[in-house]
Amino acid sequence: MSVLEKQPPEPEAHEHHHEEPFWRKYIFSQDHKVIGIQYGFTALIFLLVGFSLMLMMRWQLAFPGKPIPIVGGLLGSANAPGGIMLPEFYNQLGAMHGTIMVFLAIVPLAVGAFGNYVVPLQIGAPDMAFPKLNMASYWVYATGGVVMLASFFVPGGAANSGWTSYPPLSTIATQGQTWWLVGMIFLITSSLLGSVNFIVTILQLRAPGLTLMRLPFFVWSQLVTAFLLLLAFPPLEAAGVLQLMDRIANTSFFTPSGLVVSGEVLDVAGGGSPLLWQHLFWFLAHPEVYVLILPAMGIVAEVIANNTRKPLWGYRSMVYAAVFLGFMSFIVWAHHMFLTGMGTTISAFFQTTTMIISIPSVIILTALFISLWGGSIRFNTPMLFALAFLPMFGIGGLTGLPLGLSASDIHLHDTYYVIGHFHYVVAPGTIFAMFAGIYYWFPKITGRRMNETLGKLHFWPSLIFMNGIFMPMFVQGLAGVSRRLYDGGMQYDHAQDVLQWNSFMSYSAFGLLAAQVPFLINFFKSIRWGAAVDSNPWRATTLEWAAAPSPPVAHGNFPEEPVVRRGPYEYSVPGHDSDFLPQHAAVQEA
Amino acid sequence: MQIPYTVEERPDTGLYNAKLGVWLFLASEVMLFGALFSSYILLRTGDPSFMIVPHAIAEQLGHAGHGELRWPAELNVPIAFVNTLVLIFSSVTIVMSWASLRLRKLDKFRLWMGLTLLCSLVFLVLKAVEYNAKFSHHLLPGTANFLAIYFTLTGLHALHVIGGVVVNGYLWGPGAKMWKSDPARFTNRVEVAGLYWHFVDLVWIFLFPSLYLL
Amino acid sequence: MLGLLQRWLPPNASAHGQALDEMTALVHWLMAILFVVWGVFFVVALIKFRAKANPKADYAGVKSHFSTWGEVGVAIFEVVLLVGFAIPAWARWVTPHPEEEAPLVVRVIGEQFAWNVHYAGDDGVFGRTVPELVDPTNPVGLDPEDPAGADDITTINQLHLPVNRPVTVRLSTKDVIHSFSLPVMRVKQDAIPGQEIPVHFTPIATNDGEGWEIACAQLCGLGHYRMRGYLTVHPEGGFEAWLAQQKAKKG
Ligand code: HEA
Ligand code: HEA
Ligand code: CUA
Ligand SMILES: [Cu+2]
Repeated sequence: MSVLEKQPPEPEAHEHHHEEPFWRKYIFSQDHKVIGIQYGFTALIFLLVGFSLMLMMRWQLAFPGKPIPIVGGLLGSANAPGGIMLPEFYNQLGAMHGTIMVFLAIVPLAVGAFGNYVVPLQIGAPDMAFPKLNMASYWVYATGGVVMLASFFVPGGAANSGWTSYPPLSTIATQGQTWWLVGMIFLITSSLLGSVNFIVTILQLRAPGLTLMRLPFFVWSQLVTAFLLLLAFPPLEAAGVLQLMDRIANTSFFTPSGLVVSGEVLDVAGGGSPLLWQHLFWFLAHPEVYVLILPAMGIVAEVIANNTRKPLWGYRSMVYAAVFLGFMSFIVWAHHMFLTGMGTTISAFFQTTTMIISIPSVIILTALFISLWGGSIRFNTPMLFALAFLPMFGIGGLTGLPLGLSASDIHLHDTYYVIGHFHYVVAPGTIFAMFAGIYYWFPKITGRRMNETLGKLHFWPSLIFMNGIFMPMFVQGLAGVSRRLYDGGMQYDHAQDVLQWNSFMSYSAFGLLAAQVPFLINFFKSIRWGAAVDSNPWRATTLEWAAAPSPPVAHGNFPEEPVVRRGPYEYSVPGHDSDFLPQHAAVQEA
Repeated sequence: MQIPYTVEERPDTGLYNAKLGVWLFLASEVMLFGALFSSYILLRTGDPSFMIVPHAIAEQLGHAGHGELRWPAELNVPIAFVNTLVLIFSSVTIVMSWASLRLRKLDKFRLWMGLTLLCSLVFLVLKAVEYNAKFSHHLLPGTANFLAIYFTLTGLHALHVIGGVVVNGYLWGPGAKMWKSDPARFTNRVEVAGLYWHFVDLVWIFLFPSLYLL
Repeated sequence: MLGLLQRWLPPNASAHGQALDEMTALVHWLMAILFVVWGVFFVVALIKFRAKANPKADYAGVKSHFSTWGEVGVAIFEVVLLVGFAIPAWARWVTPHPEEEAPLVVRVIGEQFAWNVHYAGDDGVFGRTVPELVDPTNPVGLDPEDPAGADDITTINQLHLPVNRPVTVRLSTKDVIHSFSLPVMRVKQDAIPGQEIPVHFTPIATNDGEGWEIACAQLCGLGHYRMRGYLTVHPEGGFEAWLAQQKAKKG
């Protein structure tokens, strides 16, 4: 037996040349591929910005009161007189690091970039369902980003009440907080436009024969993610509006009566509830954390299936687990609020839901592990990052459990243990998955492959330094060291024994920066000079590789509409000469 | 390749793209107003003096002495009631405008959609009058949390009305050109705009009793 | 075995701390087991099935469903943790001390960036406090009109407690949210503006020599990092002596 039309037509075969003006083609483009790339670049730059802010903080944590090298002088006397960081500035950096990383770097990269570029291709669609909306969502996002960055330059600097912006601290905070709220409203709007677009695209634009249970797992992860964004963000928008009112219309939604701030009785009507904000915030922010992880799991699943050369084990259970995860993530939010004075019944409820929600993650990871068994594993760079994701997410996820039990959370809450927990999931977890995605789909976008040697030079140091940064945080957390400490705990006796780790973690962070150099070189060099590849260099089964040229046809993606005949991961099907059966390939019986 | 199902329905979902899109958008709107309503309930149940007009205000409103004054009091029920009728009527007219398109009658569509726009404007004018009265009595969002909620909820709703006016105005005016080129698609657009408008109407139907009456 | 985390945790000086530490250790055992089991499987799979060693992949892969049992196992372990440990521990944490144990009641009021401690004095009644009266000389805003307040004692950043006597801290804050954390007592509780939240614990050891601390665990502004108080647990009689001293100081 043999497979017809295994190789998609080569790029040059299908270039129709009706030229558009530059700005239409690259700036205000409505082509999902261009928008995806725009999202990608912007998000990567924000990722670097978020990292840079943190590098300054890590310097301060390692060497409190020592002037910051290189940039120290440029920060201005309001932030760092003589290059020495002030606590006010440290808090700005902390809040903005969190905000930028979550809302401006990872989500736009995972959803805006990968989702936009890959989803229509994987479902055999010519574009997203609403191209204009798609363009709008990018530009609204970009605007939000500009507002956030600009806030550093307003009097009092950027928001400094943590990415969680708990009132009343945020209500009495400097003007930067107002900018933060406005910026958030832009980002939320952008996400809403995006999520509507994704859901419609996935449900409506699937190629003939592409039933839901034939969708690549990545598409499923994007579908669930889109629903989370769609339904979880509006409450934060509501909360944002209320806090905005508190700040500019002097209302007191979140401020009770009789507060005395620095000796003065606060002049507000009062009667508000600070905890109301926390409920609204975490109602978004917990689903949000699964928004950070689901697309990552999706990418990892694609890469693993492709590089083990066998179908994903338990694809169905993975899909059900992801959907279940989506539902559950709406009823666990108060596990961030155990210590706000919660009774036994309510805490019991949220502990239980929190334990339940850990099960689907266990299922998905287990399925991915077992998928390795019996495979013929190729250790290329995307695969290395995808494989590293598993134990890293494992550590992050497992350390979520003691936090999810309110009793053990008493000692660990708001310590570095929490910081360690979620960085393991978002940094060596999600960021690694993002890298896997970049190395994996780079040839799709450019028609060229990234360099393997540089790729491995990027991977191994990154893996080591990531752990160097985040593993000691568990030790500090167990010792009871609070997070968000300007001096990293120097003041406290109970922190003395674990203080030495601060410089260790910081050096690892600087090392991590150095480890990105090979990536940057590789990335920009390969765009022009990378080894040219045919349309399906990884010999993949999914439509984006098998049915479209690399790069895909400028408008419409596919030379002709693919008709799907089978599931997403038909690798090493017994009785076939080639070890992969593209989803759309017609099989000719001999 | 062209984007499919922009006009005709996809067999397995039974929807065309824009219709599914607007339903999803409305779902998120439900979450938005749902969150605000819950906040209202939480604040109201959480603070025993939430519905009591602060003494200073009561006096300034000339209610000194006559026992404690409770909140909805100062709100203008008649205007709000008229507004409710206006919006409900506008929901009918926008359905009519869509129906007329299904009957291939553009002029009728113009008429009904025009009426819808008129209603929205009446609503906004009355709302402005109401706000104005509050401000002139120094009843501001910061005065008391009940007013804060009142202004936030009605204000946000008013923004949604304005949004509706823009969309419907476009379909009534320049947008109608599409009737020549692609009538089916234009009809769909009107249907979608109608769905949104019903939602805006529905929100008000919740706002009216929960703010003005209860 | 339940001492798994001892070398990293601070010393425990409270009656309920032991139970919390043991349960935290228990969770970490579950985590460790999972990590090791999965980790071994992971590494073995990577070596056994590398392309060189296994050029042709097996379409079906694993057929047995041992993994389902693994997952069921995890679920059961979590149920045990919840029902057997976590929920009871929390119930104990939030239930007040019985009156007959005559718990010592102390008010702690957070502010940017210090901990005000308020003792009721001999009459055991806290004087009325009024926000408007707060000033440097009267940090908690005691109302001079109220006789009950006359014998009250207030300190700043100094929390003194007797050993082996149940304590109820009535926690509140003047301004923003703080978090009252006593690492050695395994105590942490957010101070929420507009609320007074009771915290129950019993010190079972004295800090002879050791500097025990009140840490602020919730970001509360630019001085969050230095919002640090001192905790002293007195041996029998020592606490009364200290109170007397404070009274004397007050004159
Ligand atoms: C991507 C982001 C992400 C993810 C996926 C998770 C996943 C989980 N999180 Fe986490 N969490 C955050 C991001 C995330 N979290 C953030 C950002 C915060 C802090 C916010 C702030 O305060 O600033 C936080 C805080 C946080 C808290 C509050 C802590 C506190 O403030 O006191 C809690 C408490 O319940 C919690 C619990 C959990 C649980 C139970 C999971 C579960 O879903 C985990 C389930 C996964 C597993 C159980 C692992 C399964 C894998 C294996 C078993 C195999 C492992 C072995 C090998 C690979 C070898 N998280
Ligand atoms: C998705 C979320 C996310 C991510 C990815 C990260 C990534 C990192 N975070 Fe952060 N962090 C948060 C979310 C995140 N963080 C949040 C929410 C908080 C709490 C804030 C608060 O207290 O309110 C926090 C807090 C926080 C703290 C605690 C501060 C404190 O409590 O005082 C620390 C301390 O070390 C830290 C460190 C780091 C480090 C070293 C990384 C590193 O892993 C970063 C790694 C980044 C890179 C490796 C960059 C790669 C980029 C490129 C290669 C550029 C390519 C560019 C082009 C091609 C154009 N983070
Ligand atoms: Cu008080 Cu932090
Ligand atoms: Cu959570």
